[in-house]
Amino acid sequence: METAESATPGAIISGTLSPPALGVWQHRHVLDIDDFRKEEIELVFEIADAMAEVLTREVKQVPTLRGKTIVTMFYEASTRTRASFELAAKSLSAGTVSLDAARSSVSKGESLVDNLRTIQALGADVIIMRHPQSGAPYLATQYLDTAIINAGDGWHAHPSQALLDLYTIRRHLGDISKLRIAVIGDIMHSRVARSNIWGMSTMGATVVLCGPPTLIPRGLGEFIEHCQLSRVVVEPKLESALEGADVVMLLRLQLERQQSGLLPSIREYIQRYQLTGRRLSLAKPYALVMHPGPVNEGIEVSPEIAHGAHSVIEEQVSNGVAIRMALLYLVAGGKSR
Amino acid sequence: MAKNLLISGGRIIDLSQGWDRVGDLLISDGEIAWFGDKGKAPSQSDLVIVEADGLVVCPGFIDLHCHLREPGFEDKETIATGTRAAAKGGFTTVCCMPNTNPPLDTRASVDYVRKATEMEGVVRVLPVGCITKCRQGKELAEMGELADAGVIGFSDDGEPVSGSRVMSLAMEYSRDLGLPIMDHCEDKELSNGGLVNEGWVSVRLGLKGIPAAAEEAFVARDLALSQLTGARIHICHVSTAGSVELIRRAKDRGVAVTAEVTPCHLTLTEERVMGPQEGRDKRLAYDTNAKVNPPLRSSKDVDALIKGLDEGIIDVIATDHAPHTLADKMCEFGLAPFGISGFETALGCLMSLVHDGRLNLNTLVARLTLGPAGIIGNKSGELGTLKTGCGADVTLFDPGGEWVVSSQDFVSKGKNTPFEGYQFKGKVVATIVAGRMVYQDESVKVRKKR
Amino acid sequence: MAEKGLMSDQDMERALVRIAHEILERNKGAQNLVLVGMQTRGVPLASRLARTIKQLEDIAVPVGSLDISLYRDDLSALELKPVVQRTEVPTDVTAKHIILVDDVFYTGRSIRAAMDAIMDLGRPQTIQLAVLVDRGHRELPIRADYVGKNIPTATDEEVKVYVREVDGEDRVTIFSPNKGGPSDGDC
Repeated sequence: METAESATPGAIISGTLSPPALGVWQHRHVLDIDDFRKEEIELVFEIADAMAEVLTREVKQVPTLRGKTIVTMFYEASTRTRASFELAAKSLSAGTVSLDAARSSVSKGESLVDNLRTIQALGADVIIMRHPQSGAPYLATQYLDTAIINAGDGWHAHPSQALLDLYTIRRHLGDISKLRIAVIGDIMHSRVARSNIWGMSTMGATVVLCGPPTLIPRGLGEFIEHCQLSRVVVEPKLESALEGADVVMLLRLQLERQQSGLLPSIREYIQRYQLTGRRLSLAKPYALVMHPGPVNEGIEVSPEIAHGAHSVIEEQVSNGVAIRMALLYLVAGGKSR
Repeated sequence: MAKNLLISGGRIIDLSQGWDRVGDLLISDGEIAWFGDKGKAPSQSDLVIVEADGLVVCPGFIDLHCHLREPGFEDKETIATGTRAAAKGGFTTVCCMPNTNPPLDTRASVDYVRKATEMEGVVRVLPVGCITKCRQGKELAEMGELADAGVIGFSDDGEPVSGSRVMSLAMEYSRDLGLPIMDHCEDKELSNGGLVNEGWVSVRLGLKGIPAAAEEAFVARDLALSQLTGARIHICHVSTAGSVELIRRAKDRGVAVTAEVTPCHLTLTEERVMGPQEGRDKRLAYDTNAKVNPPLRSSKDVDALIKGLDEGIIDVIATDHAPHTLADKMCEFGLAPFGISGFETALGCLMSLVHDGRLNLNTLVARLTLGPAGIIGNKSGELGTLKTGCGADVTLFDPGGEWVVSSQDFVSKGKNTPFEGYQFKGKVVATIVAGRMVYQDESVKVRKKR
Repeated sequence: MAEKGLMSDQDMERALVRIAHEILERNKGAQNLVLVGMQTRGVPLASRLARTIKQLEDIAVPVGSLDISLYRDDLSALELKPVVQRTEVPTDVTAKHIILVDDVFYTGRSIRAAMDAIMDLGRPQTIQLAVLVDRGHRELPIRADYVGKNIPTATDEEVKVYVREVDGEDRVTIFSPNKGGPSDGDC
């Protein structure tokens, strides 16, 4: 926003000059994006912009969280999300500890609550949790004082992913409320889909959900109605879902879905739901192709599209670090409570 | 203990005799001795008088379906603690399910339960025997011997009998014993690891859902088999509108079916999993105290259940009291066991239906007394009635008594209740089994007369 | 709460012109200068200095902006103002003379944070400080090289600078005891 007078050559003053009035950051934890207001999501974007700038420097680090300890507690394997959070923490000069509770080591005797209490006692300022059971971080917040960031719980939520997805969309296409976003694939088992449904609805976009009928939860229509998500629709035909879409977001297909009988074959999924160049041409000419990763190339999306001009899949990953830095800053950057 | 007990001035409701009026009830030597107008009881010596003004006096409640956990799971409950909790809830007879360890599939285990009850129980305990050995659903248990040992019916509760052939054989066998098959209707291929009702809450919380059809499919199957074999069938913990409709039509056709519903399924919906206070604070969602099988369902289902109960399509209310330890329930929702500790909140919760005008008080009492008694039969004496000469099982309750639920104060070892902190209007104040006071609230006024 | 005017728009303009002259005098011209305004109001002040220097020496001094939220030592400020604004310095700072520009100079903590931030961007030749108002009460051993106006204040008083590009007008006021005006963050 340049003023009329500042015509100084070589001068760059952009972005807001007066900070948006928001007041205190209300969320002690980041469990899901369903309770973030539009202004709060935009605030996260603003801060992510500043963090992204830090990541372009030669010294990609600022001292903001120096002296704080961030512990990542992953009960489910993940390389990219965990690496992303760790990088974010280190870029803010926080100390990081990474705990990997491989499935085999979590026996009945070690309850989740006990585990987390131990970590709290060791002095964690923030715990970043990923867990295969929906609701696990909510259980944690009832028994711990430490701030908790949900890095994915079961089928339920993945707030940082939804935020980085929205951020990526905004960087390319601006005002999200004018957009039509198609989300394609295994809606039933996808926490990315659920969190994006909330985030996109809050930002005012139209969301079109499409996938094999056995991978669409039976209660979805009731859920849309009950939560008054008036701009979310379910579209059984892929071509209709893609028609005029500004963004096509593909969900990962776990190969076990076929083994558990939900799909006749991967081959049929590819034939009926894979995003190919021909199908993509139904969307807007500038449409973005997105995927939370890791991509099953040749299944959800053809390799050419995955690496083509429409794809912002790699950018999602880099934006992820900036977004996670923003979340850590908001959750841990204040006075110790 | 005095030889004679006079309950004076209460509103006596006994559906077996069509009574609903204020009067006095006299108990002598453990039996009902006399009933009449207030102050007109024949004079007695060695008498204890209970002032029952403002209270309802009715036959002791009978619970057709509960879990006492002994033998095998004494950390969750014992016959001693369970029967005391039942007494506090106004229950004078409870039927305990056989999913113990060892299960009640042999005479020896049933005898154990009877012995333990004699020594430590404070209310009548009538066991239910297994349908199949070890509840595996493969081979029939020795139902004849279990009948001789005194079971009042057969169930593999906790589990359905998935094999239809085995179920039809079980029904034929039980028919000639004159005892009902009490089925936990759940098609496990449809429920398939589900945790809550399949509806909007399951999508919201990312939890696998149990469709209504999982229950209805097996209800329909059982009704068809009952019609085929002529056996008596009792549908446990009905939870869906569809099941109510199936049972209604079967009864119209003359099928020998009875059905039960729990107090929780009559008053709570799936939204309770989102947390208390209609889920306003999402951080309290995933409440394992609301995790039960069959799950809490939609408000349409609740309406149909209340209507079905009112009309008698559902014959009885049974608590399905399922205590668990705190540690058991204090974990991730997916890992927590199903079950609600129900004895002590039953009446308070059910009275809300009466106060809201959805159910008549007399109907409520009937479904807790006469109804279950009819299913159990007379083998253990005439239950659910205040007829003179019958065993004096009596419950006194204050229909308007206000109290706040606090699981800490539960007598049961199971503190797992979805009603924590709820304000109830309706409170059991005294429970009498065979003429002996086994539970007495401090508010009850008792005086001796030599 | 009493409000008293300290500088009018003309006072501000004159002070800025004088500071521009002083910068040129001290640095013997405008070579290798970079003006970095501190968010929020230091940024337009830096622009104005650049414009004046352009008029005087016909040299376009690069202007950048700096947000020190990520370098603060008093974390409670997060609760008042969680937004992190732009940091954009359009040229390499190494071997340059960086002139930090801010509206009010107070405890000195913001300037300490600013210096840390500049050091993370490169290795400047010098860092100098230009402030519109110096209200005293330093808590760190930092001094300003160029000062628009020295204003002795009490710690319970609040100095507020209004800048045309942000607030629509140019003036400096002071709010005296009890419920001063809204804090704009100290310096």
